[in-house]
Amino acid sequence: MNWTLALPETLLAVAGLVLLLVGVVPKRDMTFPVTMGTLGALLVGAVLVVATPDGMAFGNQFISDSFARFAKVLILLGAASGLMLALDWNERQGIARFEFPVLVLFSTIGMLVMVSASDLITLYVGLELLSLSLYVIAAFDRDNSRSAEAGLKYFVLGALASGLYLYGASLTYGFSGSTNFAAIGSAVSTTEGVSLGLVVGVTFVVAALAFKISAVPFHMWTPDVYEGAPTPVTAFFASAPKVAAVSLLVRVLADPFADLAEQWQGVIWLASMGSMLLGSFAAIRQQNIKRLMAYSSIGHIGYALMGLAVATDTGLRGVMLYMAIYLVMNAGVFAVLVSMRRQGKTLERVEDLAGLGRTDPGMAAAMTVFMFSMAGIPPLAGFFSKLYVFLAAVQEGFWVLATVGVLTSVVGAYYYLRIIKVMYFDSPAGALDPRPAAVSMVLAGAGLFNVLFFLFPAPVVAAAAAAVAALAG
Amino acid sequence: MNAAGFPLLSLLTFLPLAGVVAILCVRGDEATVASNARWTALWTSLIVFVLSLILWFQFDASVVEPQFVEQMNWLPDFGVNYHMGVDGISVLFVLLSTLLTPICILASWEAVQTRVREYMIAFLVLETMMVGMFCALDLIIFYVFFEGVLIPMFLIIGIWGGQRRVYAAFKFFLYTLLGSVLMLLAILALWYNAGSTDIAVLMQKAVPSSWQYWMFLAFFASFAVKVPMWPVHTWLPDAHVEAPTAGSVILAGVLLKMGGYGFLRFSIPLFPEASQFFAPMMFALSVVAVIYTSMVAFAQQDMKKLIAYSSVAHMGVVTVGLFTFNQQGISGAIFTMLAHGVVSGALFLCVGVVYDRLHTREIARYGGVAKVMPAYALVFMLFTMASVALPGTANFPGEFLVITGAWRSNGWVALGTGMGMILGAAYMLWLYRRVVFSRITRDEVRGLLDLSPRELAIFAPLIVLTLWMGIYPSSFTHVWEASVAALIERHEAALAVPRVAGL
Repeated sequence: MNWTLALPETLLAVAGLVLLLVGVVPKRDMTFPVTMGTLGALLVGAVLVVATPDGMAFGNQFISDSFARFAKVLILLGAASGLMLALDWNERQGIARFEFPVLVLFSTIGMLVMVSASDLITLYVGLELLSLSLYVIAAFDRDNSRSAEAGLKYFVLGALASGLYLYGASLTYGFSGSTNFAAIGSAVSTTEGVSLGLVVGVTFVVAALAFKISAVPFHMWTPDVYEGAPTPVTAFFASAPKVAAVSLLVRVLADPFADLAEQWQGVIWLASMGSMLLGSFAAIRQQNIKRLMAYSSIGHIGYALMGLAVATDTGLRGVMLYMAIYLVMNAGVFAVLVSMRRQGKTLERVEDLAGLGRTDPGMAAAMTVFMFSMAGIPPLAGFFSKLYVFLAAVQEGFWVLATVGVLTSVVGAYYYLRIIKVMYFDSPAGALDPRPAAVSMVLAGAGLFNVLFFLFPAPVVAAAAAAVAALAG
Repeated sequence: MNAAGFPLLSLLTFLPLAGVVAILCVRGDEATVASNARWTALWTSLIVFVLSLILWFQFDASVVEPQFVEQMNWLPDFGVNYHMGVDGISVLFVLLSTLLTPICILASWEAVQTRVREYMIAFLVLETMMVGMFCALDLIIFYVFFEGVLIPMFLIIGIWGGQRRVYAAFKFFLYTLLGSVLMLLAILALWYNAGSTDIAVLMQKAVPSSWQYWMFLAFFASFAVKVPMWPVHTWLPDAHVEAPTAGSVILAGVLLKMGGYGFLRFSIPLFPEASQFFAPMMFALSVVAVIYTSMVAFAQQDMKKLIAYSSVAHMGVVTVGLFTFNQQGISGAIFTMLAHGVVSGALFLCVGVVYDRLHTREIARYGGVAKVMPAYALVFMLFTMASVALPGTANFPGEFLVITGAWRSNGWVALGTGMGMILGAAYMLWLYRRVVFSRITRDEVRGLLDLSPRELAIFAPLIVLTLWMGIYPSSFTHVWEASVAALIERHEAALAVPRVAGL
């Protein structure tokens, strides 16, 4: 048994338990040391992830390949940036408790397990570890009714999704005779014709995962939870778990269910189309910037799914590249959102950014970069993420999807421009409170990545391609 | 000839960004930052202009192939290379861009007093995008620069513009983006067809006839908005009126050329059959543009709007010329684009001069300016005459060649285009008469000061160019003659193949 393949997960789990003790035992507030410890653990985890060789472990239930490594690095990055944004915010809100970083850490372990799953049961264990941690941190601001509501909503709908998943997984087990991906894969490819039970099973599994990535028509929870949850929690929700769930969806569909592509392609096609349309049109009228970002994230998932609907290597590469760039853009945008605070009061409306171009030129410039990048305007990174999925769509003749995609990106550009307009064209509404150094670091890092990506796009693209190559093999 | 190994084009393209970095490093109070930003931007753009002169002197007009070529791996798995080079068609557009940028910066010296640092950064970024776009020899690289222009231009109109600037900026951005994204799909389809987006490779690989029509329309969506052609020109008057003077100059001088350049560089060589097929449509839209927008120009009360509509008319002449597919027509179209870049840029500067003084662009608020601003009246007259294509000024050779070319392909088109010139003379002279001549009726006009030395310095190069282009046009036409001849030859060869195959 090759347990060393799961070394990063093991280390993070041990670290989580230790940090829990560190938080509980001393009499004084340990939030800061625990957060730093978590960040350190994530960093060490990332190093270990990169160093992990290929292979299977735990009776073929756990796989380590370049795909998992790519996704894991992104997840760790997303979790780390989420923590950096939360540290100061929680303190100022008076909700700084050491449980927060520990919960983030546990959810991260869940995500790492998810993307390394090569068995429906491993997948479920990872998914639940993630979800349970997320339910708690959505309601982390427990005296705030909106946060509590967000947590409850997320829990009820998340539980429903878990139920869907289990139902789909049991059907798959019943009709293929195994929960192991490889075994399911060979069962699918050897069966003559496609058994209806298996198709229903796949559909349920896809529906459950579509819930996690908030693809249309399973998106309803997203705006409410994004709006209600504390801002850094929203930042975390929108980054690492999205990457994990998308990677998972890619792995499940492209590995065991690859031979059922004709069946699930249509489902993904519809989800992609619906998400792009809803994400662009519904965001136009939003006044709350967190809600706006919720719809924007639905739209972005639509673009990413376009690559999955195409279901070729190029398409899947597009998906992974999209998620990588999306993660960075998103971290940058939320770094701005957590800085939106005036005289100690948090702000969430789009108008609250008015005149930021005068009061805080640096942050306004960074936000402008993120907005243009999200709108997919070259030479910023967001353009390349869209370019690669459109490329795949055109290559396989998905003309309708590609055309709808480019047209909705124009609609999307409208509301991204609106934010720039508020920042630069409107008169200032007063300066924001000074932002902490950690937030500035995230802001600067994400901004530079977006601006300079066009100089050296090849390595990131190659990494995504290598990740996807592992799936096909 | 070619200074091999020295990346002149990359230097021209990215040097303005070095200026941006320098401006970002400036610290101090607002006045210091503003003055440093102005000087840094001016010097950067002047150095770029001087370097671009080397490009012109070193350029060998007898060579058809791109010169000063640079090639580098960029997106290897996608087959996209960073491929830059200029040929006879693009080299002068590079010069036009590098010439107009310092002029614009100088023109904004006093007019722009708020957020000077951001303003100068926007202009330098804009220069990078413009130069890069004209040098790009790969469609994806071209697209990156082509779209990248939107970012600084959106901010320039939106932040430093007039009263309805928000509306104008959004309209400009979304109109152009909508056209461009369709072109992006067509670019990807081209890549799928040929396995590369390198223009040289694409030229070798004919696009199947059945695709050509769709792809021509997709490129058309992008370039027609940019040119702009009737009926998708409506963003232009708004953008021009609301943009600050320098923004209008760049918009009219360079950005509109991106459409015409795109037709010539991509649509016609890549889709020869479709170009031939759609030529009547292009003629019809162009002639409508020439006559209709000339008549609309008559009704304008706002000087900038009037000149904006005249731009649409002039660009109509350009698109007529491009789709005649003969040496005179295309040569004339290129000449008209360059001349229009200089002349309409200068006209917007003329408007800017009086706008800076009275803060109104309404024609009726002026009158009798000649009495108090004689030098200005002279300069304005020169550019008015150039705009109506008086022989001896910049616009004449171009428009004459276009009409000659059009005559060879369709007499009615030539007639329509000629009508436009007559109407153009009428509204421009009328504008000139109302602003410059007639009696002074308003006290505020009486107090106007004539051109300052800075303003004279701005106009001087444009005056020289306008006369030079009018008096000795062949010093410009010879630059692109070989390239255009090769393009036409290729076009005819491409058309001959299917005909033979059809027999």
